[in-house]
Amino acid sequence: MTVLNPLRYFQPWTMWHHQPLRSSYDAVIIGGGVHGLATAYELAKRGMRRVAVLERSYIGSGASGRNTTIIRANYRTPEGVAFYKESLRLYERLSQELDYNLLFSQQGHLTLAHTDRAVNVMVERAAVNRLLGVDSRVIDPREIHELCPELDLSAHPAYPIQAALYHPPGAVIRHDAVVWGYARAAARLGVEIHPATEVTGILADRGRVTGVRTTAGDVSAPVVVAAVAGWSSEVGRMAGVELPILTHVLQAFVTEPLKPFLHVILVSATLHIYVSQTDRGEVLIGAEIEPYTTYSQHSTIGFLEQSAHHTLELLPILAPVKVLRAWAGLCDITPDYSPIMGKTEVDGFFVDCGWGTYGFKAAPVSGVCMAELITTGKTPSLIEPFKLSRFWERRLVSELAAAAVSH
Amino acid sequence: MAFLVPCPDCGNREAAEFSYGGESNRRPAPGAAAAELARYLFFRRNVAGTQVEWWYHRDGCQRWFLARRDTRSNLIEETYWPEQRAAHRA
Ligand SMILES: Cc1cc2nc3c(=O)[nH]c(=O)nc-3n(C[C@H](O)[C@H](O)[C@H](O)COP(=O)(O)OP(=O)(O)OC[C@H]3O[C@@H](n4cnc5c(N)ncnc54)[C@H](O)[C@@H]3O)c2cc1C
Ligand SMILES: [Zn+2]
Repeated sequence: MTVLNPLRYFQPWTMWHHQPLRSSYDAVIIGGGVHGLATAYELAKRGMRRVAVLERSYIGSGASGRNTTIIRANYRTPEGVAFYKESLRLYERLSQELDYNLLFSQQGHLTLAHTDRAVNVMVERAAVNRLLGVDSRVIDPREIHELCPELDLSAHPAYPIQAALYHPPGAVIRHDAVVWGYARAAARLGVEIHPATEVTGILADRGRVTGVRTTAGDVSAPVVVAAVAGWSSEVGRMAGVELPILTHVLQAFVTEPLKPFLHVILVSATLHIYVSQTDRGEVLIGAEIEPYTTYSQHSTIGFLEQSAHHTLELLPILAPVKVLRAWAGLCDITPDYSPIMGKTEVDGFFVDCGWGTYGFKAAPVSGVCMAELITTGKTPSLIEPFKLSRFWERRLVSELAAAAVSH
Repeated sequence: MAFLVPCPDCGNREAAEFSYGGESNRRPAPGAAAAELARYLFFRRNVAGTQVEWWYHRDGCQRWFLARRDTRSNLIEETYWPEQRAAHRA
């Protein structure tokens, strides 16, 4: 009889292996966030086998491991709605695709309107959404109360709630799991993941990329993808590519865990906050970006005070609850709150950036579209509107109204 | 990290008292090419390091001034009035 060694189960195991950096690859992805990993996975799925993801720190150390995980498709422009709708569809089956439990929870998303103007914008958004097949409608306070009885719908707050944009497929997910799920699935297809490997230069010859310089030596590659979000301006500069990006810090915090009571995601643009309850019971609260640009990932006491204050206007029952921890992450903000994806002036050097405060939800569709572009040379129609050249041609895709506070 | 901004008029005050005006960049001349205008409108250096930028003391003296800040640490190295710009460009 074979005796199983019980210690086997307590030994450390890894979901991907570490190997030395080679001197050449078919494609190098800079940035081990969810965008870089999804792109690597989709490239490997399309048959590209010598793909390396180079990450300065550990995978998921950027915004991918710091975000508030809201997934939704109720954007404002037809271009945005079509794109995020496809990403939401891919997220709905991503656990099966990656063979990894992502704790995906489609609890519904409520954007609260406290002013006539906000109600008008929501009516327009709901119309655009429905025309493009996205479940989205404006609901009155009675229906809001049914979805969230704890919400203060009285006339007491400074800005009473008048209506809400309800988006039933809106969801949250476990962000680390998405990072690890993509990393493991990519590694199973042969993708190499190199943490603690910083790219310090991009090598090019006569307008064509030839590789990257890293802290572990030079690597040659005919394809280099920058998926570095908040650090895009610096990495773009290494290739001589200018980007219309500003790096801002976005903060969030959680309370101590409570019994499940909040079964929808709440967003209020007027109060500059959004609230959801995690699987661990913590109440997760986020806000808008800080007004100044910065590369510092520190949280501020002013943010905590103000967001806590505004949260209590929505959910007075949280008054006795304590804050557990706060954190911050960097966001690459574009002038029109839409991403920048595709080719650049340098042949073979691609960017996937401009993800601002909303890029987590876009990872699956971005991976598919970037991989398709790289392997076929043709820009998929879903990302055609998000080309870098739109800023030189002044064809912006403004998502400000749907993305400034809702992420 | 919350940080202090040394207003040339009022001294060290909390950043929340000020409005941020963005990195200082040069305005194109009248009749500039479309590409130059696009660059001025949308593209920024957004450097991880020291940059010169505009601040407005909204809740204080209500004046615009320039600051040299390290965007990695938010430490402001110096602040001065726009008239003093030439002396600080060196
Ligand atoms: C507090 C907060 C809340 C958010 N909430 C939401 C939300 O609810 N819904 C949503 O959709 N989005 C949200 N976002 C935005 C979302 O998190 C990001 O848009 C998304 O994670 C970007 O993923 P990424 O892979 O492009 O970048 P990142 O995850 O930031 O990864 C970039 C990686 O590049 C690495 N890197 C940088 N420079 C180099 C270099 N020179 N060499 C090698 N590696 C380098 C970094 O270390 C980093 O790991 C939020 C963000 C924050 C900060
Ligand atoms: Zn002052």
